[in-house]
Amino acid sequence: MSLPTSVPVSWFLVLAALLFAIGIAGALTRRNGIGIFLSIELMLNAVNVALVGYSRLLGERTGQIMVLFVMAVAAAEAAVGLGLFIAVYRQRRTIDVNRLNLMRW
Amino acid sequence: MQFDLLATAAKMALMLGIFILGVAPIMLWVERRMSAFMQDRPGPNRLGPLGLVQGVADAVKFMFKEDVTPAGADKPLYLMAPALALIPALSTYVVIPFGPDLTVSGKTVPLIVSTGSAGVLIFLALSSLGVYSLITAGYASNNKFSLLGGIRASAQLISYELALTVAVLAALIPAGSFYLPDVVAYQQKHLWMVIPQAIGFLVFLVAMFAETNRLPFDLPEAESELIAGFHTEYGAMRFATFFMGEYISMTALSMLAVTLYFGGWTLPFVHLTGWLGAIVGLAVLLGKVSLFMLFYVWVRWTFPRFRYDQLMRLGWKVLLPLAILNLLLVAVATLAGWFPGVG
Amino acid sequence: METAIFLLFAALALGSALMVVTHKSPVYATMSLVVTLFSLAVMFVLLGAPFIGALQVLVYAGAIVVLFLFVLMLLNISKEEHQHEGQTVHRWVALLGAGAFVGLVVPLIYRATQLRNAGVLTEEFVSIRGFARDLFTRYLLQFEIVGLLLLVAVVAATVVARKPPPAPSGVPGADSPVSPSLEIEP
Repeated sequence: MSLPTSVPVSWFLVLAALLFAIGIAGALTRRNGIGIFLSIELMLNAVNVALVGYSRLLGERTGQIMVLFVMAVAAAEAAVGLGLFIAVYRQRRTIDVNRLNLMRW
Repeated sequence: MQFDLLATAAKMALMLGIFILGVAPIMLWVERRMSAFMQDRPGPNRLGPLGLVQGVADAVKFMFKEDVTPAGADKPLYLMAPALALIPALSTYVVIPFGPDLTVSGKTVPLIVSTGSAGVLIFLALSSLGVYSLITAGYASNNKFSLLGGIRASAQLISYELALTVAVLAALIPAGSFYLPDVVAYQQKHLWMVIPQAIGFLVFLVAMFAETNRLPFDLPEAESELIAGFHTEYGAMRFATFFMGEYISMTALSMLAVTLYFGGWTLPFVHLTGWLGAIVGLAVLLGKVSLFMLFYVWVRWTFPRFRYDQLMRLGWKVLLPLAILNLLLVAVATLAGWFPGVG
Repeated sequence: METAIFLLFAALALGSALMVVTHKSPVYATMSLVVTLFSLAVMFVLLGAPFIGALQVLVYAGAIVVLFLFVLMLLNISKEEHQHEGQTVHRWVALLGAGAFVGLVVPLIYRATQLRNAGVLTEEFVSIRGFARDLFTRYLLQFEIVGLLLLVAVVAATVVARKPPPAPSGVPGADSPVSPSLEIEP
């Protein structure tokens, strides 16, 4: 199998930056709690791409191992976060973050 | 470059041709005749000799049936779900080796479509995408029973995926590679993996049934429980697509089982090469896979169905610990040097 | 050839990411996330990390997003309502912030990557053996900690999401406001 070498790494990094920006815009804009969560996952994936890109650039495997850990942390965060959503939904019957404002001053 | 592309295209055409055009009609016939035989009744025997044309008649019937879409159904998702059932199942063939390396006009052509080093992982990754068809079918049908069936089915699938993956991991340890031709080469040189890893094979077998929603694990699509579970609202060609997807994923998992535990395309004391070896290898692989498929049908018409909580308990509390125990044993055995040929 | 694959899947990733962020129905947003994750898996393979790519599909797209879908369907989350007051300003501010981020980072990227060229991809770099060797020797402590983290997450998720224990009878007003129809079990 031919090993890929012809796409410059900076392209991947720009892709990561764009995805991260899209994720930020989504996390700040969405009202649905799950929608915010999805945008956060998007940001995490953008970071993953950047990590693997730099790992390729520097010839070190550290970036890839960090990606493994990021994935594990994302899984843990998704599990606990969705558990929280279920608990909140039970009490308040909504996931709309504009209406979940009990802690606002 | 051209040669590589041509070779890959030829291999893909061969695999897809055999397994798509071959599997569904043959399995339909086998299923109905064998279940009839086990239940002491004739089965389809009117159309063609031994009822062989029945599959064609069924296909024609499916094509002419009225295509009903339920009111209030989420149209794009509803239409996408059958395709989502087929695509992951069809793409898993790329990592199964079906013969020794061929030498064509001076170049070596390995008889496997994808030569990536992460072979088994690709298989597992693609088959784990099959969950989406169940969820979208259940959700998009606008039907409480379908939704429930879809959720149960996906929960079942992801639970048994764990035990399956751990069992597969253990089977790979002596060969030391994720690339399936290496595993086959190890088994050809030493011994079939099913002998030292019987526990692992048992776990894999049970998980295989659960992953394909076949009895005794077919509660999600049980005909007497939730109407027809997640595919209640699907008729005609869409139902046929789900059916085909199920048979194809059964074949795919059987091929993985054969390659990991029973030596793949090799026979114990036979070492053929070249075109003859390729043809014999393919025939051997198909033969072993057919034995597995017969076993599938046999089990289906023998056992009663598991209840949902029994099913989940089995997956998490019995199979997963067994698979981990098997992994531990294999790891210890490898370190102690009991596996032949491992450094 | 690789350039064509990169462009195709990068466009797919960006397009589906935009869908994730803008689509009103959360189920469609989640399915678009699956497409994004799959395209990023292809990116990982192009960058010489096929193991990470396979893991991305196996773990992220095959399990985490399925979990999202479970919760969405069990709770029957409806589509987001249309914009209300203050929403438009909100959106423009978010877009401005995202644009500023991209504008700041991209020149940095070009500056950083011009000083050094990516080396040739060796078979050893791509191999899973090398990855495993690094993971289990150099990064063993981190690996064990992540395992512990996952255990904690399992326990936490189970505790947080379970049904609240029934209030003792006879205490006035202690009933949970949750109706029986909200018993969430498949």
